[in-house]
Amino acid sequence: MAAFLARRLLNYLVLCVLATFMAFALASATFRPLDALAQRQPPPPASTIEAKRVALHLDVPIPQRFGIWAEGVVLHGNFGTTVADAPINDELWRRAGISLRLFLAGTVIGVIAGVLLGVTAAIKQYKIFDHVTTLFSFLILSTPVFVIGTLLKVLWLPVNQAAGTQILYFNGESTAGFSGTGWEMFVDRLQHLVLPTVAIAIGLAAVYSRYQRSAMLDVLGSDFLRTAQAKGLRRGQALFKHGLRTALIPMATFFAYNIGLLIVGATFTEKIFTWHGMGEWFIDSINTHDINAVAAIALFVSVMVLIAGMFSDIAYSALDPRVRIR
Amino acid sequence: MTIPDPVMVAAADQATETRAIGEDVQATSRGRLVLRRFLRKKLAVFGLFMVVCLFLLAFLGPHLTKWTYTSQDYTAFLQAPSSSHWFGTTQIGEDVFAQTMRGLQKSLIIGLLAALLTTGLAAIVGSFAGYFSGWVDRGLMWLVDLLLVLPAFLIIAMLSPIFRGKTWLIFVVLLAAFAWMITARVVRGLTISLKEREFVQAAKFMGVKPARIIFRHILPSMASLLIIDYTINVGGVILAETGLSFFGFGVQPPDVSLGTLIRDGTSSALTFPWLFQFAGGLLILFVLAVNFVGDGLRDALDPNSGKSRAR
Repeated sequence: MAAFLARRLLNYLVLCVLATFMAFALASATFRPLDALAQRQPPPPASTIEAKRVALHLDVPIPQRFGIWAEGVVLHGNFGTTVADAPINDELWRRAGISLRLFLAGTVIGVIAGVLLGVTAAIKQYKIFDHVTTLFSFLILSTPVFVIGTLLKVLWLPVNQAAGTQILYFNGESTAGFSGTGWEMFVDRLQHLVLPTVAIAIGLAAVYSRYQRSAMLDVLGSDFLRTAQAKGLRRGQALFKHGLRTALIPMATFFAYNIGLLIVGATFTEKIFTWHGMGEWFIDSINTHDINAVAAIALFVSVMVLIAGMFSDIAYSALDPRVRIR
Repeated sequence: MTIPDPVMVAAADQATETRAIGEDVQATSRGRLVLRRFLRKKLAVFGLFMVVCLFLLAFLGPHLTKWTYTSQDYTAFLQAPSSSHWFGTTQIGEDVFAQTMRGLQKSLIIGLLAALLTTGLAAIVGSFAGYFSGWVDRGLMWLVDLLLVLPAFLIIAMLSPIFRGKTWLIFVVLLAAFAWMITARVVRGLTISLKEREFVQAAKFMGVKPARIIFRHILPSMASLLIIDYTINVGGVILAETGLSFFGFGVQPPDVSLGTLIRDGTSSALTFPWLFQFAGGLLILFVLAVNFVGDGLRDALDPNSGKSRAR
């Protein structure tokens, strides 16, 4: 199994490098980072623009430019500077922390809720619970994240007004200029975290509940489940130990595929709830034609995909003994 | 064509057989069977009805009002819905109804076109990868893996400076170019198993060219999968389109789509809800309807899904 995971890891690492290169090359080919400088009024002298061009390495071909950037990343852990000459590193770690908080909370809640809803819907197939969950997930799947986020704000506003105080906040990841003890800080962060997390988790729960329902339905009709009950297990035990475990195997694969969905969803959520995370940074970097920043974000995203992929491989081999023997 | 097509021969054989049996038993054609199964799903029929209604609304609606999506009413700024402006007006006096209809048109056309390209691309890449195993397969599947690492949304957003100020057709092509990967994998898997079937082997040994085998024998055999995939893609592509337009990376002003309208309305959703709710509501309604149709088609076309085994 170690060999299997090592082979997968190598495959993912190569994909990571290629994906980052692809992002760097696409950004280099389409972005015009000098336009903002050249269009200033009064126009800067040609020598200034030329100096900027050299500073951004725009005078060398794209593969060589990527080489310069990648060398800095690999050897010195330095992601270069933005178009405005600010170091990317500081920004990257701060924003990554903010986004990861959202990713983690959203994924854990979304996956658990989705699996529970899906399993219950499958066991109670064609009963009222199943119909309600199905309708709910269809409705959520048809609603873009940015509409869900805005609707959450619209729905929560009366609650805040009725309470006369801000129970949950609509903007930012923490109150600006907030000072307090560790516990007060935690509560403040939590008040900001709830609505964005719900916005992400609700979409994931809808997706996973559909997958989990059909995976569980496949298992429910199988012979081994009947055998498990025939040898004396209670139905609940049989469903949990034999049914759910088998039905979770395909979910490991879906999880790896859906990490992109999570990242894009988080981008919208950050924009709606004005969180200063990676997603917001990505949008801003495209608007400022910032090649280095976009490449750094692409690397972050591909590392996220890599971690999700490894996680799903490990989950797969933990759930399915056949993979371990191979 | 001098060499008889093996599928045609087989079909003709089957037809004679059916006719022979059909003298005492009434045979149900596949089309009739699928239609009957589809009509049994109330939600799917409702979805189809909604899709047709929304199409009629999008293309007939603009003729019902005297306002166009660019004209401004200088006597009504930020007015709530009324008899002269059915969906209200914007900050600069544009009629929200006319804008929403225009946005709906754009989103519908982009969705239908881009989904068609997506499914087509997935079918071609997947079937070629599956049919020619070896380095073609490995190369194409590597491409699929690579494109799956970076979400399509990020790639198209990065490429958006290219089509800024150009025709929206480039946007449609880009939407399709980064959405075909997962379907291509499914098509590849099916192709690998179809490749071993007698009718494909027969065609192969008769000397039919690989490209012809793929387009005449393999792809038609998975038509139901492709139809279902197309329907699901319509919803997915429209969500992608509105998402990109929401950030200004998609449809460019002065043109509008549901995504740009929702973006403009989002900031004032709490105070002037009519700027947000109509575009958002129609978007949800359309994607929901398409998903219902897709689900119904899946049950009607694919005998192995759900409880549709009953005729």
